[in-house]
Amino acid sequence: MISVKGLTKRFGTNTVLDAIDLEIEAGERVAVIGPSGTGKSTLLRSLNFLEKPDEGLITVGPVRVDAKTASADEQRAIRRQTSFVFQNYALFANKTARDNIAEGLITVRGWDKAKAHARADEILSTIGLTEKADSYPASLSGGQQQRVGIGRAMAADAELMLIDEPTSALDPEWIDEVLQLLKRVADARQTMLIVTHEMQFARDISDRVLFMDGGRIVEQGPPEVMFTKPKDPRTAAFLRKVL
Amino acid sequence: MRPLDLDYMLGLVPVLLKYVPLTLAMASVAMVCALALASLMAIVRVTRVPLLDGFTQVFISFFRGTPLLVQLFLFYYGLPQVFSFLTAINGVTAAIMGLTLHFSAYMAESIRAAIIGVDRSQWEASLSVGMTTPQMMRRIILPQAARIAAPTLVNYFVDIIKSTSLAFTLGVTELMGAAQKEAAGSFLYFEAFILVALIYWVIVEALTVVQRQLEARLGKAHAR
Ligand SMILES: Nc1ncnc2c1ncn2[C@@H]1O[C@H](COP(=O)(O)OP(=O)(O)O)[C@@H](O)[C@H]1O
Ligand SMILES: [Mg+2]
Repeated sequence: MISVKGLTKRFGTNTVLDAIDLEIEAGERVAVIGPSGTGKSTLLRSLNFLEKPDEGLITVGPVRVDAKTASADEQRAIRRQTSFVFQNYALFANKTARDNIAEGLITVRGWDKAKAHARADEILSTIGLTEKADSYPASLSGGQQQRVGIGRAMAADAELMLIDEPTSALDPEWIDEVLQLLKRVADARQTMLIVTHEMQFARDISDRVLFMDGGRIVEQGPPEVMFTKPKDPRTAAFLRKVL
Repeated sequence: MRPLDLDYMLGLVPVLLKYVPLTLAMASVAMVCALALASLMAIVRVTRVPLLDGFTQVFISFFRGTPLLVQLFLFYYGLPQVFSFLTAINGVTAAIMGLTLHFSAYMAESIRAAIIGVDRSQWEASLSVGMTTPQMMRRIILPQAARIAAPTLVNYFVDIIKSTSLAFTLGVTELMGAAQKEAAGSFLYFEAFILVALIYWVIVEALTVVQRQLEARLGKAHAR
């Protein structure tokens, strides 16, 4: 169970997240849509403390922190419960595909190397990259890199997976394989908060869609409702543009 | 012009070569210590550790801003007069200390630049999985920074090797000191010093070959 109360983030005088309230059930898949510059990335990054929110109460599974006073240990506790898939993959450039997946298990969770590598190999097989286990990111295609990025997030076994525009940096030819993998992660009922511009995909995999504008959640609901009869004119206008 | 005394030079080769290990040992110890110290200072500077950051800046500024020879004299002849426990220090130790501190100041700056040169995404990915800052530095950032800084650091090692010759001013009989002694006995200064120059040159050239191989290997591993 994830709960966010009054999450606020300002950059100088620019309030990018304006007292966001959000609850996500275990196993729920939530898609975030909205125009660019409305704070979608900042929402995800704040939940992982890549940005330190100015205010807000964040509860992720067993961990509960007050953003204003969060200590380094508390921030790390939240991070362990929120895995992150980056738009630009952000794989560890000095680590092979296998080590990218095993790294967090070894460093953060204290697994021994053999066990972590065994788990990484399982995940590599799940994401269909067994034969690339020893390849460095630089020698992988964009699609393969993003699949490793998703594999790394899977390894974290986190309460919530945060996924920020996973296909926006990809050449069109690689988008499908990444969406298919994400569909499988979603089908396994991994709790997720995913920002995407792939509307059909959002509709297919999500239990709930959030429409964000100006640092607020303007409207939310099940995908059938959101995509066919949105109530707020801003949602309707946005959907007319992108659909 | 007088002809070169080639027989004398040839005879001197094995005499001087005996001192190569000491020169390489002093340079290697200084290099390893300087690397460790420089990495620490670079991390302190990049992560802006309060207090230590300011101290590090002054340290770097001083050791870059004053001549190595002055620093060596200060360590070996000067400091023991003020701190009596330092009187036990011999010339080799003082030279290694001086070289370490001097070059760590330069190396800290190149390592700092290399750390900053590592893509921001690498920091974010490390933090996002829950690593501590030391874990992130050790496992992700420093290895990548090392690749960026490697060519520069090898150049500093070359500098250190050549600078060990200054240890002779502290009474150490290393390669340069030995050549000086031989020349003072035979009065064949040109022969002795051209030979010692050649020996340094060969060492440095050999190192350059190693450097190229190292870079090729590192480049192949995880090229961007
Ligand atoms: N590090 C930052 N410093 C200053 N402003 C930022 C920073 N990151 C994001 N912003 C601003 O916050 C707003 C929301 O950005 P973002 O969360 O990336 O939007 P989205 O992901 O919805 O496109 C934008 O106006 C952006 O300029
Ligand atoms: Mg964004």
